[in-house]
Amino acid sequence: MGIIIKNICKRFGDFIAVDNVSFEVKEGELVALLGPSGCGKSTILRIIAGLETPDSGEIFLTGKNVTTLAPQKRKLGFVFQHYALFKHMNVEKNIAFGIEIQKKSKAEIKSKVEKLINLVKLQGYERHYPDQLSGGQRQRVALARALATETKVLLLDEPFGALDAKVRENLSQWLREFHQKLNITSIFVTHDQNEAIEISDKIVVISKGRVAQIGNAKQVYEHPNSKFVASFIGQVNVVDAVVKNGQIFVKGANLELKLPAKKELKNGDIVLLVRPEDVIIKKKGDNTRDLLAIIKRIHYRGNHYEIDCLVNGMELKLIEYKRNVFQDNWKENQKIFLNFRTFRTFQAEEGHQHLHRKLKETGYIE
Amino acid sequence: MNNLGKYLAVKKEKLILRSLTFFYIGILIIFPIIALIFEAFQGGVHSLWQNIFSPQALYALRLTFFTALIMVVINVISGTATAWVMVRYNFPLKNIINSLIDLPFAIPTVVTGIMLVSLYGPNSVVGAFLGKRGIEIMFAKPGIILAILYVTFPFVVRTVQPVLMEMDPDMEEAAKTLGASSPMTFLRVTVPTLLPAILTGAALSFSRAMGEFGSIAIVAGNIPFKTQVASVYIYGELESYNQQGALGLSVVLLFCSFFVLVFLNLLQIWSRRHEKKQ
Repeated sequence: MGIIIKNICKRFGDFIAVDNVSFEVKEGELVALLGPSGCGKSTILRIIAGLETPDSGEIFLTGKNVTTLAPQKRKLGFVFQHYALFKHMNVEKNIAFGIEIQKKSKAEIKSKVEKLINLVKLQGYERHYPDQLSGGQRQRVALARALATETKVLLLDEPFGALDAKVRENLSQWLREFHQKLNITSIFVTHDQNEAIEISDKIVVISKGRVAQIGNAKQVYEHPNSKFVASFIGQVNVVDAVVKNGQIFVKGANLELKLPAKKELKNGDIVLLVRPEDVIIKKKGDNTRDLLAIIKRIHYRGNHYEIDCLVNGMELKLIEYKRNVFQDNWKENQKIFLNFRTFRTFQAEEGHQHLHRKLKETGYIE
Repeated sequence: MNNLGKYLAVKKEKLILRSLTFFYIGILIIFPIIALIFEAFQGGVHSLWQNIFSPQALYALRLTFFTALIMVVINVISGTATAWVMVRYNFPLKNIINSLIDLPFAIPTVVTGIMLVSLYGPNSVVGAFLGKRGIEIMFAKPGIILAILYVTFPFVVRTVQPVLMEMDPDMEEAAKTLGASSPMTFLRVTVPTLLPAILTGAALSFSRAMGEFGSIAIVAGNIPFKTQVASVYIYGELESYNQQGALGLSVVLLFCSFFVLVFLNLLQIWSRRHEKKQ
């Protein structure tokens, strides 16, 4: 008895923000709504909360149809990206707001607020005002305030979007922990694929107001069902290829490289999507089995290197972890050989260059 | 030596600029105030007291105070509501209406008085219509309130509007998701956020109304114990060569302005009480 979203549509004027979106969140799940900015994910969350009215479709919360219910009556917690704390109230008063409305006794309010302050680790800050707190502290107050009404459903709109990287990491781990502890059902909106992968049980990928894919982090990362999902979640190389008699040949290589085809493929143009970590780099290779390439640039990334290679004018990105004594081995402008550990194939109705340009335009790849 | 010379030159420049500022503010603002107080107390505290507490002066003061108070209450409600509509809603001619709000500041108050008499005076259609039903506006107390409402209208609107524009709608939405009804959200979240701005507008309009002369003199006339307000009383006393009587109420009005000034400063401090202090 979690949350069910059925065929939700929402327009703002001519702009279709949400286009026939349906998905389900099971009780106790922590689900990420992931997508680029402007894809409609926040609107979906606001519709679930009742802050926006859908043009059509239905929403069920714990088995009850709440589509026409006012936000006040939906009994869910909502955490805003910019905290939305009551500036004229101190931490205690902010957290108590929802409980006071329920007309609980003073003693009950006090003990509840105390518990929540302990939960979000803000002891000693009870009398502080929002303007006197750091971003991370403010977001914890916002979480405590949303949880105070003993809601079983928590909605978070880019909850860590406005925080520093380190604070964000701590807070998202902590969200994961207390989500389990409190046994609540949560949906959080994010444009950060790492955040979604790290803490969610399930990811709903949204693109242009539609559901692109639903699955857990591993499914979405390793078995993307579309070029969009593959390129939005993680980095990806787009490689033009052609199928001849059930075998794949990479275009743009000096020789047409033969790759093992895993499934039956029709003859014609296709596109290979290869994760950078699935590109194997070798000093010596075989022209008929490996791609001849030149290292264009080596980027230092702390625990790994990112290497840009050129294969006959086509750019490929690959990742090398520092497990081998890499820095002595590879130099810029060096000739190398590449191969693919694994890849996904997609229909090439758009062609590589076109797709690449499109992905760049929409900001899915750099 | 050269450095010392430079230092002294800078110091001199600072000194000259500072003295000039002091001098200017002194001549322009402080000296007239001192002169007024000096004059007022020249006849002794007792006579000043008598002047202030003469029945006619006291009546004028009370009338000024209460009409201003009624105006403030109306202004707070109408001004906040106007600011609300201007910020939260879109409608045709919004820009024109928005600039109309400032008109009362631009129109000379004497003209305001004449405009009101033209509309509500006994010889006008509206005034005659109301007069027949026993509703007197001109040369009566409602006229005073109407006049000061007109001249102070922009104050609350213009102090509340920017705060409302800056106010995060998230806060009100958060209150709603926490179960607060719309009126409760308004009272517990919106009003406290707007309160410093509302009070500032109220204080400014109150102060302005205490000293309003032009429009009231025309609209309400100069009828002792009926429509004579403080500023009109002061003018009347001067006209009848009773300078001491004029000085008494002048001192009172002056202190009222001081209080408003202090109040506004305290309000500033109070509204910033939650900001970072570290």
